[in-house]
Amino acid sequence: MSKAVLDALKSKFGDAILETSSKNTDESVTVAVDKLIEVCTFLRDDEKMAFDSPVFLTCIDRLGLPVMEHRFELAVQLRSFTKRHRIRVKVPMEEGKLKVPTLSGLWAGFNWLERETYDMYGVEFEGHPDLRRIYLYDEFKGHPLRKDFPKDLRFPLARREWADE
Amino acid sequence: MSELKTLILGRKNVDDPDDTGGMPNDLMTVNMGPSHPAMHGTIRIELTIDGERVVEADINPGYLHRGFEKESEAATYTQVFPYTDRLNYVSPMINNVGWAMAVEKLMGIDELPPRLQYIRVMVSEISRITDHLTCVGASAMELGAFAPFLFLVKVREWLYELLEELSGARLTHSYVRVGGVAKDLSPKFCAKITDILDRMEPVLDEAKGLLNSNKIFYDRMAGVGSFTEDDAIAYGLSGPCLRACGVDYDVRKDFPYLNYGDLEFDVPVGTSGDCLDRYLVRLEEMRQSSLILRQCIAQIPEGPVMVDDPRCVMPEKGETYNTIEGMIRHFKHIVDGIRVEPGEAYTFVEGGNGELGFFIVADGTGRPWKAYCRAPSFSNLQTVTKTISGRLISDIVPIFGMINMIGGECDK
Repeated sequence: MSKAVLDALKSKFGDAILETSSKNTDESVTVAVDKLIEVCTFLRDDEKMAFDSPVFLTCIDRLGLPVMEHRFELAVQLRSFTKRHRIRVKVPMEEGKLKVPTLSGLWAGFNWLERETYDMYGVEFEGHPDLRRIYLYDEFKGHPLRKDFPKDLRFPLARREWADE
Repeated sequence: MSELKTLILGRKNVDDPDDTGGMPNDLMTVNMGPSHPAMHGTIRIELTIDGERVVEADINPGYLHRGFEKESEAATYTQVFPYTDRLNYVSPMINNVGWAMAVEKLMGIDELPPRLQYIRVMVSEISRITDHLTCVGASAMELGAFAPFLFLVKVREWLYELLEELSGARLTHSYVRVGGVAKDLSPKFCAKITDILDRMEPVLDEAKGLLNSNKIFYDRMAGVGSFTEDDAIAYGLSGPCLRACGVDYDVRKDFPYLNYGDLEFDVPVGTSGDCLDRYLVRLEEMRQSSLILRQCIAQIPEGPVMVDDPRCVMPEKGETYNTIEGMIRHFKHIVDGIRVEPGEAYTFVEGGNGELGFFIVADGTGRPWKAYCRAPSFSNLQTVTKTISGRLISDIVPIFGMINMIGGECDK
């Protein structure tokens, strides 16, 4: 069903579509980071695509896997209520350049999901209206879902700066 | 009436906001929660208020963050089940089923035995009823109607007792396994559930009668927290809150899993998306779940409750103790975990609050490389920022109650 979406994307964007996959009945497409907004705008606004709703947004950290082309990859799942199809858009990111344009302007629901991804992985969403940590407190150091963050690390209780004054 | 308005708004002159009548006109910042009964103990809302009116709300979840995803990455696929129990702890069975289905999808297990499908549907629907009972009962109590809460929690207790008999635990069942369920239904399970449903339906009617004709309850719910269809879709709302906005979308109908495709049930849909619609949709969903359960009881066949697949099923005890192959298989399952082929998959089920999904990235070992949970509460809670702006402080209670934010799921 969603194969048509992949074909349409390939014919429209050509080389900007790095990879497509239909494994496990999940259609996914990998796009370059500089084409993300263009592809997503097309997915939202085109009548045949009509991806009107966000499902989830997260990041995959592949540090330590035998095959690791890019350490980080953004995974964005979208669904369409009118067409009843779904797609996952993936964006490879270079380590040290974890910057992605925000999708919260296209789908309002990505606001908190991007804050969560920023909190857990340290991905910076450029243009996000309110990029703060959401689960953890502001004084927390590091991003806990990164693979190089030890699972059993303990922090001393953080004190806010004004508490000492 | 205008005196009442003055009282509510904290102003002398309602029509001219600049005329404060000598009262201070500054905005005030107030913390609501986390230890506030209406915030369920896990959410803090930083409110900027003008008198009684909310100007801006900053919702801070995370007080119950336990690191579900980080812990899951260190656990074998089977060891994740107890963690999923603690996501939405008023409907743990649905989380169990969702996780099991996600792992099965990655392993390529498509054909489940019919009896197993019926059992999974039954426990999911029981969990859906307990979830909605909690939501409706607790919200009614927060609005001052205490009797319906006691009635509904009594019913919930009957269902919990039944699930306790089935799984051994009242709340954290861990009953489902990859490729099956831990054990077959307990004897007389079907007779007991019929008995409970027979007793439950009059109680639902009674609670409905008490609430629908309660003027305070009605006035505080109707027209409060309404959300348009387009906004709901753009915010990724799902579950009863989405259906209350008028969107006919239910994972059980639109992407049928297990044997939901063979069962007859209706999806209730609201019109205005306000708190009253959300409440009515939940009431009707309990009735529909009850219908589904009755169909399952009539149709459930005999047969195995586990798939016949040595990759995920533990060997029989006799085989473990008497053959070297059985022993090794048992050992491998416990120590290394179930081996899942490398790949990634997103699986979603209709949870109590909406689309509950698990996105797993597998690396070929017995532990998930990444286990992301698409928590419906989190996406639903986000809309509260929008719906409470401009409303009165007292409206936060029904709006928050009807979103049915479950801390364990929202904060992961």
